[in-house]
Amino acid sequence: MSEQIAIKKIEVINTTKIFGKNSKRAAQLLGEGKTKSEILKATGATVGVKNASFDVYEGEIFVIMGLSGSGKSTLVRLLNRLIDPTMGTILLDGENIVRMNKEQLREVRRKKIGMVFQNFALFPHKTILENAEYGLEIQGVAKAERQAKAKESLALVGLAGYEDQFPSQLSGGMQQRVGLARALANGPDILLMDEAFSALDPLIRKDMQDELLQLHHDMGKTIIFITHDLDEALRIGDRIALMKDGDIVQIGTPEEILMSPSNEYVERFVEDVDLSKVLTAGHIMKKADTVQVDRGARVALRMMKQLGISSIYVVDKANRLLGAVTAQDAGSAIETGKLLEEIMISDLPMIPPDTVLTDLFDIVSTAVIPVAVVDENKRLQGIIIRGALIGALSGDNQFINNNGNFDSDEQTDTEVKTDG
Amino acid sequence: MDKLLPRLPFAEWIDAGVDWLVVTFGALFDGIADFLKGIVEGSVEWLDMVPSILLAVLFALLAWFISTRRIALFTLIGLLFIDYLGYWHPMLQMLALVLTSVFFALVIGIPVGIWGSQQATARKIINPILDLMQTMPAFVYLLPAIFFFNIGVVPGVVASVIFSMPPTIRLTMLGIQQVPKDLIEATEAFGSTTWQRLSKVQIPLAKPTIMAGVNQSIMLALSMVVIASMVGAPGLGQKVYQAVTQLKTGVGFETGLSIVIVAIILDRITQHAGKKKQGGTTL
Repeated sequence: MSEQIAIKKIEVINTTKIFGKNSKRAAQLLGEGKTKSEILKATGATVGVKNASFDVYEGEIFVIMGLSGSGKSTLVRLLNRLIDPTMGTILLDGENIVRMNKEQLREVRRKKIGMVFQNFALFPHKTILENAEYGLEIQGVAKAERQAKAKESLALVGLAGYEDQFPSQLSGGMQQRVGLARALANGPDILLMDEAFSALDPLIRKDMQDELLQLHHDMGKTIIFITHDLDEALRIGDRIALMKDGDIVQIGTPEEILMSPSNEYVERFVEDVDLSKVLTAGHIMKKADTVQVDRGARVALRMMKQLGISSIYVVDKANRLLGAVTAQDAGSAIETGKLLEEIMISDLPMIPPDTVLTDLFDIVSTAVIPVAVVDENKRLQGIIIRGALIGALSGDNQFINNNGNFDSDEQTDTEVKTDG
Repeated sequence: MDKLLPRLPFAEWIDAGVDWLVVTFGALFDGIADFLKGIVEGSVEWLDMVPSILLAVLFALLAWFISTRRIALFTLIGLLFIDYLGYWHPMLQMLALVLTSVFFALVIGIPVGIWGSQQATARKIINPILDLMQTMPAFVYLLPAIFFFNIGVVPGVVASVIFSMPPTIRLTMLGIQQVPKDLIEATEAFGSTTWQRLSKVQIPLAKPTIMAGVNQSIMLALSMVVIASMVGAPGLGQKVYQAVTQLKTGVGFETGLSIVIVAIILDRITQHAGKKKQGGTTL
């Protein structure tokens, strides 16, 4: 999403929610910098969300993550005012929803924001179609039209043909698809998903995450996704807000959260993350030694000797990967006078830089020479060495590149060596 | 013996209050009395025009339509048995009394229950009144009912309405409040109005519980028929009352059994009405 000009869809400014009778006194204490437990002791009021400020950009998946009791479910409910904030401002397309009256709010809920719930919250007395129709039904949309739209959105989530069933006849995963279809049928810009996949078993959950990403890719809705599962957050989030005790502790891209946790809490949270599912080839690749194809076998062999390596990548002038040549082949080519093109191995394993490490193990373990990382134009970006892969998995930062990509100057380095 | 405090003249106050009501709203009470009497006696007259066997068959068909064939069969045999015992007309009188009472109990009770389900303050007012209505011995409010509405079927109806209404109110409140919170949230999140939330989600989901309340109201109204007969309400209850006062054990059993048969029929039919057509909620 970063290539697009980011438009703020939702702006949350200094928003606080305090539950309980003494909310005024509690708010005052909060202003004095007291903690959640101190305020609970002093006033009996519970701080749900503490002075939260963040922006959600149009078209992104914004994940709010935290353990239970961290206030994430409260925070998401402030966005459509299922819970009224104690104080603060929430701008939706520039309009302050906190100030809205009942009718305006109803209009926003009907047209702009759809919601998907943890335990699906389907209406058990209504069929799948009637469930999906609900949002349009209460807007007074004519039956034929709303049924058509509901069917469309059921088809979108892969439930065509189930229209006349009842929710209890469907599995959990399918029920949540209905929940999603029900939210989509209204055509909202924003989708609030409150632990939408948490009640599903792991395999189904992964499928649903994939489908959500696909839907998001196709429809470009702004999605605010609540979860307690870091893996899920890292998988689907464009940006993640981490919450603790009603506070937003850190907001950032998955990578920022992982690589530079802003405090000890975040660090502890992310230390158990399965790095192999987060780090990509771009993170661990090393710069590659290459030889341009028209230099010939002699130059290639000399470079290998200088660098002390047994094979070298062959590229064209635009740094596009053509193949690799081994020292042995280069040696015999010099004797027979063959060209580099004739002796190089051209069916090399090549992977894009955003491949996660889990998907690398197989390729790396069977490859004879280091695996090449190439961009969409087949330009060589770097190589994966077994040692770096293992080092990165052990969490050793020296093996991990900061931004997942090399700077372009480093490539010229190689070129200089080639000349030498 | 001298007491520290003089006796509280509470009874006198109540009497004065009742007297004042009778004098002030006499015309209104007369109107209500005529109206209720018209309904009960009118429906009895109307039902009397149909031959008993045909009516028994019609009731059986109705039972079949609402519930099951077994209950329909029981309805037919039970009603023909009552007819054979010679209590057809009193049975109709009792049925008219009971159904009229229940009708008004529901017309008042269900909206009150819905109101109570929506507001905690309403519940705080309603609940103690319900406790009073249920525990106050029924004879006690039969007395003012006589003052207001004279002797006959009307005070019987009024007493039955008061006595049978609480379960409907309570179970309507309970049923609506028991609708899971996340479903309520879902209706709110999609922008429902209060009435849409109630009519499209809460009341349909509360229906089985509300029907259980209706069933209980019918049973309570039936239990009132003997008491109502003491103030002159006609019907099977009156026959039981007479049998008791004249020590006719046999007649007592016949009439008592007839009431039981009617009770079973009404109970089974209304129980089924609550369970039926809940779609896929049960697998």
